[in-house]
Amino acid sequence: MVETRRPAAPVNPAEQAGHLDPPPRMGFFTDTSLCIGCKACEVACKEWNLVPESGLDLLGMSYDNTGALTANSWRHVAFVEQPRPAGWQSSAPLAGTPSGPPIAPVTAEAGGVIGPDQGTSPGVPPAPEPGPAGRMAQGTQFLGMPGTDLPGREGDLDGRTDLRWLMMSDVCKHCTHAACLDVCPTGSLFRTEFGTVVVQEDICNGCGYCVPACPFGVIDQRSGDGRAWKCTLCYDRMTAGRMPACAQACPTESIQYGELDELRERARARVERLHADGVAEARLYGHDPDDGVGGDGAFFLLLDEPEVYGLPPDPVVTTRDLPRMWRRAGLAALTMTAAVVAAFVGRPS
Amino acid sequence: MAEAHPVGFQWVMEAKRRGAKVFHVDPRFTRTSALADAYVPIRAGTDIAFLGGIVRYILENELDFREYVVAYTNAATIVSDEFRDTEDLDGLFSGYDPDRTSYDRGSWQYAGHEDDGHNDTATEREGAAGLQHESHGPPVSARAQRDETLQHPRCVYQILKRHYARYTPEMVERVCGVPREKFEEVAQAWVANSNRDRTTMLVYSVGWTQHTVGVQYIRTGAIIQLLLGNVGRPGGGILALRGHASIQGSTDIPTLFNLLPGYLPMPHHAQHPTFDKWCQGIRHPGQKGFWDNARAYAVNLLKAYWGAAATPENDFCYDYLPRMSGDHGTYQTVFDMIDGKVKGYFLLGQNPAVGSAHGRAQRLGMANLDWLVVRDLFLVESATFWKDSREVETGEIAPERCRTEVFFLPAASYVEKPGTFTQTQRLLQWREKAVQAPGDCRSELWFFYHLGRIIRAKLAGSTRPRDRALLDLTWDYPTEGPHAEPDAEAVLREINGYEVATRRPLNSYTEMKDDGSTLGGCWIYTGVFADGVNQAARRKPGGEQNWVAAEWGWAWPLNRRLLYNRASADPEGRPWSERKRYVWWDADRGEWTGPDVPDFEKTKPPSYRPDPDATGVAALAGDDPFVMQGDGKGWLFAPSGILDGPLPTHYEPVESPVRNPLYGQQANPTRRTYDRPDNPTNPSPPEVGTGVFPYVFTVSRLTEHHTAGAMSRNVRYLAELQPEMFVEVGPELAVERELTHLGWAHLVTCRGVIEARVMVTDRLSPLRVDGRIIHQLWLPYHFGNAGLVRGEPANDLFGVTLDPNVLIQESKVGTCDIRAGRRPTGPGLLDYLADYRWRAGADGHYPTVVTDARGEAVRTDPRRPGRTPVDGCGAGQGPGGRHTGDDTKPEA
Repeated sequence: MVETRRPAAPVNPAEQAGHLDPPPRMGFFTDTSLCIGCKACEVACKEWNLVPESGLDLLGMSYDNTGALTANSWRHVAFVEQPRPAGWQSSAPLAGTPSGPPIAPVTAEAGGVIGPDQGTSPGVPPAPEPGPAGRMAQGTQFLGMPGTDLPGREGDLDGRTDLRWLMMSDVCKHCTHAACLDVCPTGSLFRTEFGTVVVQEDICNGCGYCVPACPFGVIDQRSGDGRAWKCTLCYDRMTAGRMPACAQACPTESIQYGELDELRERARARVERLHADGVAEARLYGHDPDDGVGGDGAFFLLLDEPEVYGLPPDPVVTTRDLPRMWRRAGLAALTMTAAVVAAFVGRPS
Repeated sequence: MAEAHPVGFQWVMEAKRRGAKVFHVDPRFTRTSALADAYVPIRAGTDIAFLGGIVRYILENELDFREYVVAYTNAATIVSDEFRDTEDLDGLFSGYDPDRTSYDRGSWQYAGHEDDGHNDTATEREGAAGLQHESHGPPVSARAQRDETLQHPRCVYQILKRHYARYTPEMVERVCGVPREKFEEVAQAWVANSNRDRTTMLVYSVGWTQHTVGVQYIRTGAIIQLLLGNVGRPGGGILALRGHASIQGSTDIPTLFNLLPGYLPMPHHAQHPTFDKWCQGIRHPGQKGFWDNARAYAVNLLKAYWGAAATPENDFCYDYLPRMSGDHGTYQTVFDMIDGKVKGYFLLGQNPAVGSAHGRAQRLGMANLDWLVVRDLFLVESATFWKDSREVETGEIAPERCRTEVFFLPAASYVEKPGTFTQTQRLLQWREKAVQAPGDCRSELWFFYHLGRIIRAKLAGSTRPRDRALLDLTWDYPTEGPHAEPDAEAVLREINGYEVATRRPLNSYTEMKDDGSTLGGCWIYTGVFADGVNQAARRKPGGEQNWVAAEWGWAWPLNRRLLYNRASADPEGRPWSERKRYVWWDADRGEWTGPDVPDFEKTKPPSYRPDPDATGVAALAGDDPFVMQGDGKGWLFAPSGILDGPLPTHYEPVESPVRNPLYGQQANPTRRTYDRPDNPTNPSPPEVGTGVFPYVFTVSRLTEHHTAGAMSRNVRYLAELQPEMFVEVGPELAVERELTHLGWAHLVTCRGVIEARVMVTDRLSPLRVDGRIIHQLWLPYHFGNAGLVRGEPANDLFGVTLDPNVLIQESKVGTCDIRAGRRPTGPGLLDYLADYRWRAGADGHYPTVVTDARGEAVRTDPRRPGRTPVDGCGAGQGPGGRHTGDDTKPEA
């Protein structure tokens, strides 16, 4: 059944999917302001879920050698080096040093063109144009938006003073309106009673329809296997009342697991606290039930625009327009039919 | 800390969420810097200048915690009028003997006690005697003159003030490259957060110790923390983050040549000919403090070793103990291996071919043994060096002729055996065996128990005196299971100690007797089996006890979580403030109380003053919180115990591109050197040839890998996260040396050449040092030629020069050259190196250069008369045309 309209109030996708009296919707709140980039989430996920290795390539994208979420990496820690201030810094890290202009845009471009073999399809294809990666790393001129820095803080071409290193553990968003689930012809992808989206490996036939359907590029097929794989939010652990492996392993509580309503409340308070502490860039991503996917079951606190982390700024469930398209196609077909009929009917005998 | 101790860093994040400010001082911007409130870039190897600047800031502005400083430190103590400072002698303290490169400490003593300081410091250096002081202070007279107004010109406070007077913010900037504003930000924040209501914590990791002045780094931190009243108080202290699990445990019950369990010194053949001499050498009659009972600790150890055979009549088998005759440290042993003096070697979970400084020397040494036993989880480089190392490539090791027979024995990992880990808080935590070890993998306990059993069986019936020490050993641990695994808890019981007659476990080391009626394997661990219960196995959740959580595991000594916590109360025994209330005197009950175990005699009132003739514990006054120090005080000035000066002084690293801006003396004048052709040192000013190695490099860890890499490079899920050796350079250096991101580069020192992929990053920045631009570069040291992911070992770049106090190597700073492209291969590599050495004039003989007041070398090496000045020929010039052609691999 294709979900067509944005709901006015937060929906419980488990109820919509037919679960009677489901438990509270569960999810992740990933607070990137607490992430120390240790990658324990990546390792714990692979250990628990027996995910295969994803290649031994040095990617040159700062300390990220995973590249992206793929069928073989269900958590992915992004590392973003930028010549911009972090809100909590009391002084610019490199102020007063005899440094030159930043290299981050150049290295981000160099990293962007590498397409490592992750053993998956489409995996991590090389960027067709590396330029945007470099511009985003530069941080001050992306998408033509005005800079947020104070005058004089950013433009010193003779030396870099500001520096921040953003880290963010990305994961499947477990959308309220999940296109992957909509397009799955076998019912392999299903909505659990906790409101999460899970692929059933014994049903998936490897058709791959879900791959282009995902607005975040999360779901991916394993080479040689063909089936689609992604984060299950550790459905097996959840049903046993346990915390997902990544959240359990996270040493700094950057990954928080719990009832989604409670997490959203916690996240709101955290953003307010960070704003009060001078971290003006702090914002939530995927928390809004009115966004293009009806809100994420796994949402984030980011410290910059989502594009900086490689996230789409305004994701839309790719199946949203299908009913309208079908309606219009149907209407067009009807009109055509009517015209044809009319042509015959109107013909003098 | 986030980089190498991510799990511990959760508490920093927790503190940050509660409003703590985090400052990070590091040569490069790391994952810790990313989360810090302020990052301070610094030139590697200049930390004493930086911290000395903070000492000066405190003293010049009189910002010290005066009540604490006067009462609890030796600030008021008067020092001998024979003492001369580095400010007077251009970088040397009084008492220096240039021939022995060592100090006579007579003039460093407290006034009137000059005769206490005439120990043989050169011999102490051979035995790394400084390590003995981990649990207690060195000997010092308890009766010293004091001036509590701190005005006496020879009181420690005034000496300290004069010593650091030139460590101004401008000097810090000049030496360290730390911008002045940054320095002042740190100094102000540190002081502002240290008072009655607040405390500041200093955290360092192992890299801090790996310098020729490493002990003095930590001493400088201790001086600041004492001046600001941050020792013995909650939220204060100096936190030493260890290199891996139970490093603290392996010094408490040591894997070191010069220590026995509980920091008892290994006997020296000349200094400790008899048991009584040995005991006296430990307890130093006349001292204050708990170390006075050392004879009991020694007897209990010998009784634990030799049981019924150890009697008062035979000095408890003291003569069975081996004797030190000099430096038997790991590096001396390696050079002895090269020289053919060592025949067999055990490596237990250690991979020196990758993890130790001067990898080439390590491998050549191991290739010259009769036998080598390697016990590890994986087939590490130290087990395969004879067939696949760099030296095989260069022809220095021929596999078919390599004489070393290598026995590889698979080891059980920490989840496959029970036991304890002792972490940096001295907390013993018992761990259960989680899974059965696969195949032939066995625990260390199993290995040594059965090795001992079999050797004893082979020696049974022997009448040779030399076999008695083995045959008389108590070797009766119960075993269990199909592999006869010894019972680890039985070992812990013996370590704890018990009454010999009843086998009743001792509850405290104060129960230890020196008559042989009790025994115990490590006196500081006594109490871990108190009441017959394995206290280290306690797991009471934090929510069910007070915030000190005294019922989680067990901390030595006597379950104290915070050492010297008497200092958390003022001299009258009242908390310094309500906010920092920790241990205080309860006058009504007549005892010390608080959430932790008081580190003081429980019923000794603050007003107690000892009889003038008292010694030992009775000599400690009611306001002497540093109960393991000979005078009960925290030491700003160290009259003994330290070999390279009573006060930390900035010396340049042994390999440095700059002249010491503070003193004529360039590097630590007492450092331990191994002056051999196979251990050359890159030249440093005032020597010539320094331009050949113009860059400063440092090494450390990545979160994703563990030490020498055996436990991570062989694990797929970790290996893929950092899959290749790389070198981090800043964009400015990349331009200077034409290095491209993800391209190849090779690094060169006098010892070796390694190649690595290049990571150009904004996280490294050049620094302005003494008017020059200094580039620093960074390498991880995890990689070797075995495992799923490979790379060349960074430690091949280092030579061996050691801190004099504890014989730890300077392997966190050196000079090097870096060039684009891969290194030469095969025998050509040796020619390439020889060419570098020739250009640098580094033939391997570098004596300790001593300078006079004008900075002129007054003692040069007579073996190098005709050295050609070649300074400046390196930086812009190719490494000689001979070997760069066919030998050089194409750039990838």
